[in-house]
Amino acid sequence: MTLLYFAWVRQKIGKGEEKLAAPAGDVAALIAHLKSLGPNYMDAFADLSRIRVAVNQRHAGLDARLGPDDEVAFFPPVTGG
Amino acid sequence: MKTTIRIQREDFDLNAEVAALTKDGESGAVASFTGHVRKEGDLSTLTLEHYPHMTEAEIARLAEETGRRWPLTGVTVVHRVGSLKPGDRIVLVAVASQHRHAAFQACEFLMDFLKTHAPFWKEEARGREHHWVEHRESDDDAAQRWEK
Repeated sequence: MTLLYFAWVRQKIGKGEEKLAAPAGDVAALIAHLKSLGPNYMDAFADLSRIRVAVNQRHAGLDARLGPDDEVAFFPPVTGG
Repeated sequence: MKTTIRIQREDFDLNAEVAALTKDGESGAVASFTGHVRKEGDLSTLTLEHYPHMTEAEIARLAEETGRRWPLTGVTVVHRVGSLKPGDRIVLVAVASQHRHAAFQACEFLMDFLKTHAPFWKEEARGREHHWVEHRESDDDAAQRWEK
């Protein structure tokens, strides 16, 4: 699985991209796994109301199911335009 | 419907974009919106980051949805990334149709959804302070009114 982080999520975690063999499940399970990896992840995912998710470059919810080849991105609510 | 979507560091030229959009002669109306960096207090630089590939794909999906709602002949979206200064152009949404009513409405619709869906993030620099711009609920409200 490819994980991407943007804006302050990237800054809190300390990297923009990583490959991970995550346990099967949904986005919420992936976040729970990531929070077990260290305080930087705990900090980034402390308030999920401030986190948005995309799976394979489409907006997705915490209940989206994930496969081993998926690209999952975490970022704050968007502020373009 | 001719669709042009570009994410770029360089500035853009509104006249050139509208000329390209209308050169086939089918469009009787073009409505465009240009967003600029607003000077607020001691803002020195606004830096825009985006999610390459998803940005283009998401804007293409929004443009398709706009084309389903109104009879359009063309859509152009240009969005800048990188470091910008107060007064700089950030975004262009231009929509062409045979008649003005569709062009006006489609331009506003596409801009409202770009604000809430396209994966861009702004970071402000004020003196030595840097902070990420917070998402505005009023932008969600602007997009949601189209659902009614």
